[in-house]
Amino acid sequence: MEKLVIQGRPFITGSASGLALVSREPLSFWGGYDWKTGEITDRRHPLSGLVGKGKILAIPFARGSSTTTAVLLEAIRAGTAPNAIITTSTDFFFALASVVADELYSAPVPLVAISEPDFAQLRTNDEIEIDDKGKITVRRSQQRIIATETTNRRE
Amino acid sequence: MTLSLNEKDREMLHGDHGLATKMSMSILVRMAEISDAKELLDISGAHIDSTVYIGDAGLEFAERLASLGARVTVPTTLNVSGLDEYHWQEWAVPTDWARQAHRQMIAYQSMGTIPTWTCAPYQTEMKPSFGQQIAWGESNAIVFANSVIGARTERYPDLFDICCAITGRAPAIGLHLTENRAGRILLHLRDIPKALQHSDDFYPVLGHFMGRAALDRIPVIKGMGITPNEDQLKALGAASASSGAVAMFHMIGVTPEAQTLESAFQGNQPEETISVTMDTLHESRRELTRTDSEALDMVVLGSPHFSLAEFRQLAPLVHGKQKHPNVRFLVTSSRAMTQLAKQAGFLDVLQAFGAQLTVDTCILTSPMLPPEVKYLMTNAAKFAYYAPGLLGRQITFGSLKDCVASAIEGKVVRDESLWKN
Repeated sequence: MEKLVIQGRPFITGSASGLALVSREPLSFWGGYDWKTGEITDRRHPLSGLVGKGKILAIPFARGSSTTTAVLLEAIRAGTAPNAIITTSTDFFFALASVVADELYSAPVPLVAISEPDFAQLRTNDEIEIDDKGKITVRRSQQRIIATETTNRRE
Repeated sequence: MTLSLNEKDREMLHGDHGLATKMSMSILVRMAEISDAKELLDISGAHIDSTVYIGDAGLEFAERLASLGARVTVPTTLNVSGLDEYHWQEWAVPTDWARQAHRQMIAYQSMGTIPTWTCAPYQTEMKPSFGQQIAWGESNAIVFANSVIGARTERYPDLFDICCAITGRAPAIGLHLTENRAGRILLHLRDIPKALQHSDDFYPVLGHFMGRAALDRIPVIKGMGITPNEDQLKALGAASASSGAVAMFHMIGVTPEAQTLESAFQGNQPEETISVTMDTLHESRRELTRTDSEALDMVVLGSPHFSLAEFRQLAPLVHGKQKHPNVRFLVTSSRAMTQLAKQAGFLDVLQAFGAQLTVDTCILTSPMLPPEVKYLMTNAAKFAYYAPGLLGRQITFGSLKDCVASAIEGKVVRDESLWKN
């Protein structure tokens, strides 16, 4: 079991843990995330078919439609949202869903931004823990933490 | 970084202007802080995308605001709703879903908004003007307002647009500020035939590629041989806002902040220069089609909502003809634009062809398609992009003429002559 610690910038604070779902491709939740099940449904997206519910979703930012916020809010209310979302910049769309979920249901989803080199180290199925200071602890078994540069660039 | 609020902002935040204003300002201030805004600025118009019914959380948000007495303080148009109040029973919309979507419409109408119910508010009399500060939702409307009109809005999501409309304020961030409106990447068109540039299917294809290449950076298009019309620019922007996160583009010599390459980049150098060749466009055009068959159940036009000029273009193509009995032919538009098309005599021609009309909503925002409709065809990149994930339907992209020809033939047919070289 290898361990890696990344200091992120929390833009919605809170602690969370779960297995990682990671992609370098941005995602529109509208047409890309089924809030009734938590499945990623954008058939052009590398994570298509996987379920975000209960996971730590890591994508650079929200693509496309301005309805992404509304879909994430529905997912939070329905209990199908990721436990936290990691991005490479402060994402307004995700942040707003979390702020409104706090206002309506007192249930914000933690959001943390990290640098692109740090982001490139994350892998799907890593065990991730996020604390309320934005510290991200990554645990990975049977695999090297630093993957090859070429693999990262190809994505 | 601290956000400085003026006296009226603080009054709103403390509840001196009512509880709905307090809730809106509280969300606005938290988001402004997250965005590192230094201050808020006055807006003079808003467009509300939150009208789209997604589920009961969005409805609870709208009804919470309405019950607290929310009123907008700037002229505010409404985006598509989830329901065509006139025709929904002709389609597969479940009754309980219709009831919830209608409640959401009523909540937003109660706030003193203008019920335009369209995703193309820039083609109504509420079109903003150059330099105007506005707060708009709806990705295609945002990119059109910034790029083609030169009005200024950040790429605002649902739920935030209404907070701005109620308070009349927006965070001074992003595309509200001149320095953030500079181009960042250059798309250089290389040897694209003018005949193709005149064709309506060029723009969704270019836009789809532009969104993929630019993501959230402002692209600058150089090398156009013609000046596109308004609907072509609308199709370009809508496509790029679906495949990427484009909130603004420049087109040299065409869009108002891009008289020259230097002004488009505000004197900076492009971060990246990408050559757009026929090969690039072929690949992009292929990506817009997701189907394993030539079968066709329905042609759908009007994302963004069909304009009067588009009705004018469509009418002669279908005049005196009949669609195939097994194919549905749907045009989605606003109720106002549909009235204009009716007065111009276009609707009679469309009806004789066998076309149907849906107003105020579209196939992406209303669960209207019956299960037997599996194979779609469209000239709109936004429909093409979202149909597989959102609707679970197969879809073919083609030109307006291709769509009409296919509806008559009863299966997908596309004229490849402009795409040959």
